[in-house]
Amino acid sequence: MSSASQFKSRAAEKAGDLRHRSVIRTALRSYEVVRDKRKAAFQSWESARQAAAETKWEAINHLDEHLVALTSKLEARGTKVHWASNGAQAREIIAQILRDKKARSIIKSKAMTSEEIHLNHALEKEGFSVVESDLGEFIVQLRHEPPYHIVFPSMHLTRGEIKDLFQKELGDAPSDSPEELTMVARRVMRQKYITADVGFTGGNFAIAETGMISITENEGNARLTAALPKTMITLMGIEKVLPRFSDLALFLPMLATAGAGQPMTCYNTMYSGPRQPGECDGPEEWHVVLLDNRRTELLADAEQRDALHCIRCGACLNVCPIFRNVGGHTYGTTYSGPVGAVITPHLRGLQEWKHLSNASSLCGACTEACPVKIDLHHHLLQNRRNASAGQPAFFEKLAYKIFGIVANEPAFWSLAKKIGWLTQPLQSLVKGTALDPAKAWTKTRDLPPQPRESFKDWWSKRMKAE
Amino acid sequence: MKKAKTILSERENILGRIREALKVSAPLPGSHGDPSVHAPAEPPASHAREWLPSVGASAEEQFALFAKNAADLKADFQLLASRDELKAALLKISTAGKWSRVASHGGELTDFACKSLGLPVTLTDCGYDVQEMETCDAGITECDALIAQTGGVAVTNRSAGGRALSVLPPHHVVIARREQLVADLPATFELLQKKYAPDYPSMISFITGPSRTGDIERILVLGAHGPKKLTVLCF
Amino acid sequence: MTVTLFIPCFMDALYPRAGISMVEILERLGHKVVCPEEIACCGQPPFNSGYWEEARTIAAPVLEKLKNAEAVVIGSGSCGAMVKKFYPELFKDTPHAELAKQVTARTWEFSDFLVSKLGVTDLGAKFPHKVTFHDGCHGLRELGIHQQPRALLTNVCGLELVEMTEVSCCGFGGTFAAKFPMISTAMGEVKCAAAAETGAEYIVSSDSSCLMHIQGLLSRQGKPAKTISLAEVLNTR
Repeated sequence: MSSASQFKSRAAEKAGDLRHRSVIRTALRSYEVVRDKRKAAFQSWESARQAAAETKWEAINHLDEHLVALTSKLEARGTKVHWASNGAQAREIIAQILRDKKARSIIKSKAMTSEEIHLNHALEKEGFSVVESDLGEFIVQLRHEPPYHIVFPSMHLTRGEIKDLFQKELGDAPSDSPEELTMVARRVMRQKYITADVGFTGGNFAIAETGMISITENEGNARLTAALPKTMITLMGIEKVLPRFSDLALFLPMLATAGAGQPMTCYNTMYSGPRQPGECDGPEEWHVVLLDNRRTELLADAEQRDALHCIRCGACLNVCPIFRNVGGHTYGTTYSGPVGAVITPHLRGLQEWKHLSNASSLCGACTEACPVKIDLHHHLLQNRRNASAGQPAFFEKLAYKIFGIVANEPAFWSLAKKIGWLTQPLQSLVKGTALDPAKAWTKTRDLPPQPRESFKDWWSKRMKAE
Repeated sequence: MKKAKTILSERENILGRIREALKVSAPLPGSHGDPSVHAPAEPPASHAREWLPSVGASAEEQFALFAKNAADLKADFQLLASRDELKAALLKISTAGKWSRVASHGGELTDFACKSLGLPVTLTDCGYDVQEMETCDAGITECDALIAQTGGVAVTNRSAGGRALSVLPPHHVVIARREQLVADLPATFELLQKKYAPDYPSMISFITGPSRTGDIERILVLGAHGPKKLTVLCF
Repeated sequence: MTVTLFIPCFMDALYPRAGISMVEILERLGHKVVCPEEIACCGQPPFNSGYWEEARTIAAPVLEKLKNAEAVVIGSGSCGAMVKKFYPELFKDTPHAELAKQVTARTWEFSDFLVSKLGVTDLGAKFPHKVTFHDGCHGLRELGIHQQPRALLTNVCGLELVEMTEVSCCGFGGTFAAKFPMISTAMGEVKCAAAAETGAEYIVSSDSSCLMHIQGLLSRQGKPAKTISLAEVLNTR
């Protein structure tokens, strides 16, 4: 089954799943309340957005300079920087580090890029044990499913489902209270942090000016991952660059506000190297893997380049009516929601993934929500244009050609309306059946009745009367 | 004649692709393709102070804001008048928490705090046993700044006894001086840059409240992996 | 002034009363109205599907026909956005580029024309019912139309306006409704539920295409609420 037909059938199923709809709406409603409160607390959220957009423009449009500066500063303090053109290279680099260190256990904090390159699966196949420490990621790891949302991996689950999961997989689930379930996860992780050979993280921002990687989290698991194991590995997309240390003063609260409705996420930590002389703890080795994986192709598309400004806050997912109704798993790819629909055709192939750009009413809520002002919904249109230019669908193109002829010729247009009106009674006979040409509509909706006299009929009559 | 094989490193491949891509410029945000709109001369975020939540002008207002924000975060903030009050506050927390061992680092304020408590201490300065730290009831540290705008604390591994001390023990206690209160995030970054550049500590962390998660039904739970309790004692 | 009123394809065929209301309102305000008979569609269906060449074939005659119009008023937010916002993009780097810029500078959506151009908010209308207003996404986000319909509805005698607590897309989205019918339906159900919560008898919109979708769902589900175009409400006396 192609990605497109898989998406369509999953989407149709999930869109009709009222329980799923209710769970997601409840989860997002609490987010919306705090998000609006936090945005209102800004003296000017809109000015902040414009500055954030300009800062990211500066970062991306001088990406090579910033990456060179970042790398030289990191390397000067002992960090080993690796460059991976694609997922396979990144996986091999990481696996080789683990082999060199004779590592067996890896504790991971949340990194969407690691999902993107299917890292866990590759490492587990080679015999390494990988534990996700972020609670939401830990939960979906136990369920053998990908994260549901880039910021809230287990948003689709109720406490009862998580209790049953912990009971089944861990043998430890005293109740379905979120507090007690969290404490179960905390207990499980304690020794894993202390005894893990390697700690693995992602990165939210990379500061070119000072050679730092900034990690944002609420739980403290990334801080522990970066503190205790002897070796630390950080995987990060090349687009995460910011020019200056002081830029974080704007981006950290904006990420927290848009992403979770918090004034600041609990831990925002900037790392500038492995353990330095005179420091009492921290990893002896820090490996930073910079990942391209077709981001440079998106960079080359100047019209859509701003899609690389994304700070992965998830705000666009939260407001998207398509995401809210079909859910994150339906997309069948790492990045879902509007930003996923924009970038996946670039990162994984336009023709194979254009359906994500097609599955949108172009309402524009995403563009309005984006803290860095990415022109998301217009990029969906541009993807559609590029896809049709590259591989036009014969019948659809023909239909529009015919429609063009009919629309521009009053006699044909008039005839088309007459035919529509005359065949109306026939329509009610075939309604909802395989013969119904409007089946896509009439399955769930009534068609509007077509009046005998159209507007143009009324207008001509009027003109003749004058 | 054999041609020398040129092996481009991946770094050069990637940088090459970037440079090639950037030969075509992308319009500035909000310019709608108008080429006369230029990038601003100063950093776009330099006016962040004017757009982030307001903080008030006086120290009183800022302390009040810090106190309110800390309360919202479920962090315990106590503004104390003297060292005697600090000692009393520490003993009260220690008794309530039935502490038997704490972890800390060397420092003017932390030395005083540890002496006040009179409990066995795991000091991190010259290295430490993680399993021993795991048995400690609290981690007591100093900090670089208290941030009024967020109710948060800025620490580094240099000012707060390493990377793990402020996140492994279940209760993190910060001892701060009044002068360490800073108005907002921009000021905090300025302070850190002035204090440490170019030889930064390898870890700088902005701690905003006790550890938390909302991963189960978006319901807030404290103490996910980091400390369940955060106390800021300021005098 | 002479107002060139462009009533787009589905309004022409399915919702003529909305168009007729617009003519009567404008004439009552003392303006001459002309409706070009030769153009039927703004070209949005092929444009949204990515077939921009075909969209230009439909849209170029529209531009030509509107070339000398003093003021162009479009009867729907989504078609208004197509012409005003997207025509310059569609015709960029083509011979029609300059004409597109000129025509769109003289183009308004109907409620925006009344309030922003003519400065009129009271049409002497009477509609003693409880209503809620649905903002079509294109009108709302591409053209910034939000306050204008509400300014007009405030002055309708006897009308009680209740706002929905949730602002979201109704799910029509043009060809989206047919290409992804189940997602479209789910979105529509959310919209209908939000409208039902207000207790409104009528759902009003500047966008007949949205109303077609919402009404289709309401009828199928046997719900009592009715849909009506903004123009028809404003023309009820």
